[in-house]
Amino acid sequence: MAHATDPPAPGPAHGTPDHAAAGDHRSRVSLRVNGARRDLDLDHRVTLLDALREHLDLTGSKKGCDHGQCGACTVLVDGRRANSCLLLAVTLDGCGITTVEGLAAPDGALHPLQRAFVEHDAFQCGYCTPGQLCSAVGALREAAAGHPSHVTADAAQAGPAVLTAEEIRERLSGNLCRCGAYPAIVRAVADAGTDPAATGTAVEAAV
Amino acid sequence: MSPTTATLDTAAQASLGTPVPRLEARDKVTGTARYAAEQNPPRRAYGWPVPATIAHGRVTAVDTTAALALPGVLAVLTPYDAPRLGPSDDPTLQLLQDTRVPHRGWYVALAVADTLEGARAAAEAVRVGYEAEPHDVTLREGHPGLYTPEEVNGGYPAHREHGDPDAAFAAAPVRVDVRYSVPPLHNHAMEPHAATADWDAGRGHLTVYDSCQGTTVVRTVLAGLFRLPEDRVTVLAEHVGGGFGSKSTPRPHVVLAVMATRRCGRPVTVALPRQHLAACVGHRAPTLHRVRLGARPDGTLTSLTHEVLTHTSRVREFVEQAAVPGRVMYAVRDSRTTHRVAALDVPTPSWMRAPGETPGMYALESAMDELADALGMDPVELRVRNDPATEPDSGRPFSSRHLVECLREGATRFGWTGHRPPLREGPLLIGSGVAAATYPVYIAPAGARAHARPDGSYLVEVNATDIGTGARTVLSQIAADALGVPLDAVTLSLGNSALPPTPVAGGSAGTASWGWAVHDACTALTDRLARHHGPLPDAGLSASADTTQSAKQKPPYARHAFGAHFAEVQADTVTGEVRVRRLLGVFAAGRILNPRTARSQFIGGMVMGLGMALTEHSGLDPAFGDFAERDLAAYHVPVNADVPAVEAHWIDEHDKHLNPMGGKGIGEIGIVGAAAAIGNAVSRATGRRLRELPLTPDRVLAALSVPDTGPV
Ligand code: FES
Ligand code: FES
Repeated sequence: MAHATDPPAPGPAHGTPDHAAAGDHRSRVSLRVNGARRDLDLDHRVTLLDALREHLDLTGSKKGCDHGQCGACTVLVDGRRANSCLLLAVTLDGCGITTVEGLAAPDGALHPLQRAFVEHDAFQCGYCTPGQLCSAVGALREAAAGHPSHVTADAAQAGPAVLTAEEIRERLSGNLCRCGAYPAIVRAVADAGTDPAATGTAVEAAV
Repeated sequence: MSPTTATLDTAAQASLGTPVPRLEARDKVTGTARYAAEQNPPRRAYGWPVPATIAHGRVTAVDTTAALALPGVLAVLTPYDAPRLGPSDDPTLQLLQDTRVPHRGWYVALAVADTLEGARAAAEAVRVGYEAEPHDVTLREGHPGLYTPEEVNGGYPAHREHGDPDAAFAAAPVRVDVRYSVPPLHNHAMEPHAATADWDAGRGHLTVYDSCQGTTVVRTVLAGLFRLPEDRVTVLAEHVGGGFGSKSTPRPHVVLAVMATRRCGRPVTVALPRQHLAACVGHRAPTLHRVRLGARPDGTLTSLTHEVLTHTSRVREFVEQAAVPGRVMYAVRDSRTTHRVAALDVPTPSWMRAPGETPGMYALESAMDELADALGMDPVELRVRNDPATEPDSGRPFSSRHLVECLREGATRFGWTGHRPPLREGPLLIGSGVAAATYPVYIAPAGARAHARPDGSYLVEVNATDIGTGARTVLSQIAADALGVPLDAVTLSLGNSALPPTPVAGGSAGTASWGWAVHDACTALTDRLARHHGPLPDAGLSASADTTQSAKQKPPYARHAFGAHFAEVQADTVTGEVRVRRLLGVFAAGRILNPRTARSQFIGGMVMGLGMALTEHSGLDPAFGDFAERDLAAYHVPVNADVPAVEAHWIDEHDKHLNPMGGKGIGEIGIVGAAAAIGNAVSRATGRRLRELPLTPDRVLAALSVPDTGPV
């Protein structure tokens, strides 16, 4: 019923690769995934989601619909949340991608949102969880940057948005959870949202 | 074993009853938990099925030339050349065995390629010729195909009658005679059905990672279909992304994945596209209800009739047991609860969270609300007045029944006042509603093993499947308490068909069934350890248990969980949109073994009930014979913004007639009655009674455009 406030999808910020590999239907593409450079030679039909899952064995990002309808595949592309099933990997040459695998610190310390999700039991089956987490990082960033949502009373107001429960619900409505963990997700995001570290990720900090 | 079983002692360091966080929580928040399609054996290929594009008829030809010419395509399996399967009880698994098309979306081919993109392109390039026949997918009253089946899902008799309900109804001073309709609904767990199958021809062994609710049954069925001894088949399901009944038994994806790995000689993943699910993994069948209630002016029920019409497919009979709750809920001597079903050219319906109770209690609890209106009585008091001393249908005593307590406690917590008048805030109409919930206690035999290691740690093995319920956690708690050790001394191994046979995660019976076996194995191990002197041998000590005897005992009690939902809604008179403002449930489901995971289960069920009330709908298109809503853009599961403050509470029940843990099962009751509470609130808010789910803006606006004719 409600719609998420989707930021504009990240465009080909760094241009498409001009160094196509042999054949008409493949190209080389270089991504920075969770801080590490990954060079791939990909069929043009491969989405970012499938590049992560099938080519880089990063299966944390989930496929719930493959059509931009569920948010299970949400990752951060150059710092902004995006449905990775809607992006063709070859259009993202040079982009920085953060997946759920890149949220925790290298020493294993959980990201504030991950910690809050565990504490509030903000999932059951866990299949939507990586998308919820990446989406929540993006949503906290958008709020901090003052992006209004559909429920923001005064959209013209400057400064960070105040994350009421209603704001969190609205901003995370692009991420479906069939287990119905929404009330706990809202509490977890509200809780972690008070931690300034929650808008960051370890790998991005390290870059 | 006597039907009265001892309840686990709350030992000093008891873990049961405490809010232990999910043991796999870290794996799930870091993305390391792997699901069935995420297993990545070397040389893995991908399968993509081809669904039929007619609703009834047969395949006349399959042209695979273009598909096979595409790069990387390994095979296209068709009804003409797919491996011949052995027998299965479930005919929906007899895939590619003949050319008949029983419904749109039935699989008619499978493309296999070395990449996902290649498999998808190949599936699209397969040309299928059909001979179409007329189809009929529309359930309606008076359908000539309606018949009374012998039994309905769950093994209940289709028809039960006591006394003379018609005469009692005719004689009743206060009567309601109302019809409700619940559309087809879809489970749509977030993880689409997927399997990775790996046939090792050298060893003659089949390994399958399956997104399922229980690997024992998947192994048995695959062994039968592929004519393999059961010990040559291993099915694994470490993490499963939800099921809600749609993964209870093997579904087409796993059969196709095994066909493909056997044909191609390499591992194959078949992960079904979301758009295929509506037609091939089951749905909640639509139900048309007629409920007649007769009562005395003081609210005492004198007649209850609940008649249900539903559909099934032409492939397999599945009858949603929606009239069954009327046999449990209220004290009334003259009653009839009955089902009729028509086999149509539709996909095969199956289990969806609390089959039977969910649509049945929507109708019964809405009718009770209408009766309360007709009586001018508080609907809470109406239910209290008709609370039975024994189970109405069987006459058996309840092992425990605290519906009245749930209603009272809920009323207090919610701030319920019997006849609160509706409120108006600008364009919004606001009202509250109540409904009861019930779900039966099921249990099935299971096996488990427990090992004590010399280092003081324990390994407990039980073939449970944790589809998000928290089974892994609560079973570890059961083990720790039975062993009398701290939780972290126990490692639990699950999701592996090589372990002793167990039933599926279904019927809210997982914890009871698996847990009883874990309890018995751990108790036996504790006894063995007590008799053992000196250090443990290097191999440790082991014990096992099989609850076939104890779980099959039929107790002389009616065993059900109960609950009460309270909802506050607002209806927008301009847009027709209904939004739930508050939803509160109180449940009596035996002992709550882990309050943290239990709360999530209850709330998850209530949220699904909210979807059923307001947004979820799968319509069968009469012209094309297809479900019109086949993806998550069209089929509206609730989103975060739809879900307001949801609270779940419970009443501690000490029921000695269940199982050693004392729990009744909690996975399903949260959805039961939730839609009725919301519907009753809408009726209170708007002064209009809507009897067809979901309560979408178009329907609400249409109802509001008709003048209010006084009290509903
Ligand atoms: S998988 Fe990308 S939005 Fe659903
Ligand atoms: S936790 Fe299962 S879908 Fe969200």
